[in-house]
Amino acid sequence: MPEVTMVTALNTALGEALAEDPRVLVFGEDVGELGGVFRITEGLQRTFGRERVFNTPIAEAGIAGMCVGLAMAGWRPVAEMQFDGFSYPALDQIISHIAKYRERTRGRIPMPVTIRIPSFGGIRGKEHHGESPETYYVHTAGLRVVVPSSALDAYTLLHGANADPDPVIFLEPKSRYWSKEEGELTTDGPGIGVARTLREGVGCTVISYGAMIGRCLEAAERLDAEGIGCAVLDLRSLSPLDVDAIGRSVRSTGRAVVVHEAPLTLGMGAEIAARIVEEAFDHLEAPVKRVTGWDVPYPPASLEHGYLPSVERIVAAVREVVSY
Amino acid sequence: MLSRRPRSTRRERMDDPIDHTSMLQLVGPDGTPAGDTDVGLSAGDLRALLRFMIRARRLDRECMLLQRQGELTVYPPFEGQEAAQVGSAFALGREDLAFPSFRELAAAVVRGVDVVEYLQYHRGTWHGGPYDPYASGFAPICVPVATQIVHAVGWALGVKLDGRSACSIAYFGDGSASEGDFHEAANLAAVFTAPVVFFCQNNGWAISVPPEEQYVAPIADRAAGYGFPGIRVDGNDVLAVYRVTNEAAERARSGGGPTLIEAMTYRIGPHSTADDASRYRDLEEVERWRTRDPIERYRRYLTDAGIADDAFVAACGAEAESWVAGIRAGLTTLGAPPASEVFDHVFTEPPATLARQRREALGDA
Repeated sequence: MPEVTMVTALNTALGEALAEDPRVLVFGEDVGELGGVFRITEGLQRTFGRERVFNTPIAEAGIAGMCVGLAMAGWRPVAEMQFDGFSYPALDQIISHIAKYRERTRGRIPMPVTIRIPSFGGIRGKEHHGESPETYYVHTAGLRVVVPSSALDAYTLLHGANADPDPVIFLEPKSRYWSKEEGELTTDGPGIGVARTLREGVGCTVISYGAMIGRCLEAAERLDAEGIGCAVLDLRSLSPLDVDAIGRSVRSTGRAVVVHEAPLTLGMGAEIAARIVEEAFDHLEAPVKRVTGWDVPYPPASLEHGYLPSVERIVAAVREVVSY
Repeated sequence: MLSRRPRSTRRERMDDPIDHTSMLQLVGPDGTPAGDTDVGLSAGDLRALLRFMIRARRLDRECMLLQRQGELTVYPPFEGQEAAQVGSAFALGREDLAFPSFRELAAAVVRGVDVVEYLQYHRGTWHGGPYDPYASGFAPICVPVATQIVHAVGWALGVKLDGRSACSIAYFGDGSASEGDFHEAANLAAVFTAPVVFFCQNNGWAISVPPEEQYVAPIADRAAGYGFPGIRVDGNDVLAVYRVTNEAAERARSGGGPTLIEAMTYRIGPHSTADDASRYRDLEEVERWRTRDPIERYRRYLTDAGIADDAFVAACGAEAESWVAGIRAGLTTLGAPPASEVFDHVFTEPPATLARQRREALGDA
C-alpha cells in the first residue's frame, strides 16, 4: 500500500482539481514558487502556470474579497490563508459576503469558493499560529466547515470542497500535515456533512475532529485494555453537523465525551452536547463531558501540551462518564 | 480634551470650496465652458445625460416621499451627486460591471437596472436587490463600506484571465476610502494590472464626519503610491466625469490597469432618512452647494450650446413624472416574499439541520 502524508494528499487533490476543472484558481500568500509555507501547493504553479496558481500580496481581506469577484466572473477560487491567526482580516469578507451572497441574490449568484486555512495547534508555533477558529465559521449561516483528521480523508474532503456549489472553509490540522497514512487516495469516501465512525464500541461515544482524533483513538485503545469499549466518531464536517450520526451513536452507548482543541466556552462541544440532549436524552446514562482547550489564548510552545486535550484527560473523562 | 465647537462658528472646511485649479472641470457652475467640452459624444448622447439626471433626481425625491409614507424602510438619497453617477455610468459598456455601494441609484438607472426590483432592497422585501446583476451590468447593492471595491478587483482579474475586453467600476465614498479594503483593493489591482476603475464620490460628508477629520491629502493623490493614475474631477460636471471615466475605462479594457477617480461632489440630503444632518452642518453650506447644482449647470450649457432647448427639458421632466409614477405603482403593490425564502437560498442543498428548522418555522410548507 502506498504511504501518503496529508501534505501530499492535499497537494494531489489541488493538482487534480486544477487539471479537471479549467476554472479552478489557486492563490494566496507564497503559494507560487515556494509552494506555500507548508508546501501544500508545491509544484502547482510550474504545472499549471502563473495565471492559475499565483501569489497575492499580503492582504487576507483582499484575498477573500477577490474570491467574490472571481466567482462572479465564473471562476472557482481555491484560496489559501497562510495561518489561522492571520485569517481574521478576511472574516468581514467571508461573513458579510462569501457566506451571504447566494442568499442575498436569491440563489442567482452562488459562491463556489474554497478557503483553506492551516489551523489548530500542536506544532510548537508562535502566538497567532495555533488558533482554533472553527466556531466563528460554524456560527455563520451559508458556510460549510470541514476539518479532516487524516491524510486520506483530507484528500476526499478537499475534492468534496472543490466540487461543492457553496463556500467551504477547509481547516487543515497543521499538526497532522506530516503524519503518514497507508492507503489509496479516493474520492469515494463519505461526502461533506457525513461523520465517520472510526471505531465501534458500546461503553461511550467519543466525538471529535481534526488532530484530536488521533488522541481519541489512542485513548480508546488504552480504555479497551480496561474493558471500556469506546466508539470514536470523526465529525469531519462541523457545518453541516451530522446530528443523526451523533444521535445514533449516543443512543447506543448512552454516554458521550466531546474532544476539541478550541476553548471550552461556546466551542463545538457546547453545540454537540445540546444536540445530544435533543437527540438522545432518554438514553443518556451520564452527563456529556467535554475535554477541550482552556478559555485562554493559545499558549506559547513550551506550555501547549498542557492546553491541548491529552490522551490522559480523554481517558479520565471517559472513565468518569462510564462510572457515573 | 477636544471641546465641541458651536455650530454657529463656521469651521475651516477642507475642500470647500474646492480648489478648481486642482481638478478637471469642463463646464463651470454657471454653465459656461471651462475647458474642451468635446468629449466625443453625439448630440443625442449629450441630451441623454441630461435626461438621465432629470429622471434620477425625480426618482430620488420620490424615494424620499415613499420612505416618509412608509413604503420604503431607510433610504439613502443621492441628490447633488447626479452628474458623478450618471457621467461615470454612461461611460461603461454592456460588458462592463459596476460594483455599487448603497447610494448609486442614479448609476443603476443609467445601467438599465429594473428600478422596482432595485428598490425592493430599500422596501425591505429582499437583500441585495433581486435585479439581474449580469443583465444590467450592475452588481448587488453592497452596504458594509468598501468591501465591494475588492469584489470589483476580483471580477476584473477574472475578466482579464479570460482575455475579455471589459472593466469593472467600483463606486465608493470619501469615508470608504479610509477602510483597509480600499487600500488592499488598490494595491491588488495595481499588482495584477486589473481592469478596474476606482470611482470615489467625495460628497463632503461620511455621515457626520467632514473631510478634515477623514483624510489629509486629496484621495486621488493616493493613486501615485499604488503606481497608477489618479485624478480629481469636478463631480458636479457631468461632461468632465464622463470624460475621465471613459478614459479610465478605455485604459483598463486595453490592459493599462486601474485608475482612481475622485469626483468632488456634495450630498445635498442627509446620509439617510434616519439621519439628521442639521446636527452637524449648516444650511448655508448646503445652499452654497445648490448653486453648483449639476443639473442646472448642464441644462444651461446644453441650451446655450443649442444642443437642447426648453421644450426638450420640459419633455424630460414630463417623462420623468410618468416614469416615476409607474415605479411607485409597481413598488407599492409589492408584498413580502414567502417566509420560506429565508431558508431556501442559504445553500444549494439545504443540510438536514436547516431543513428541520424550516419545518419548525413553516410546517411542511
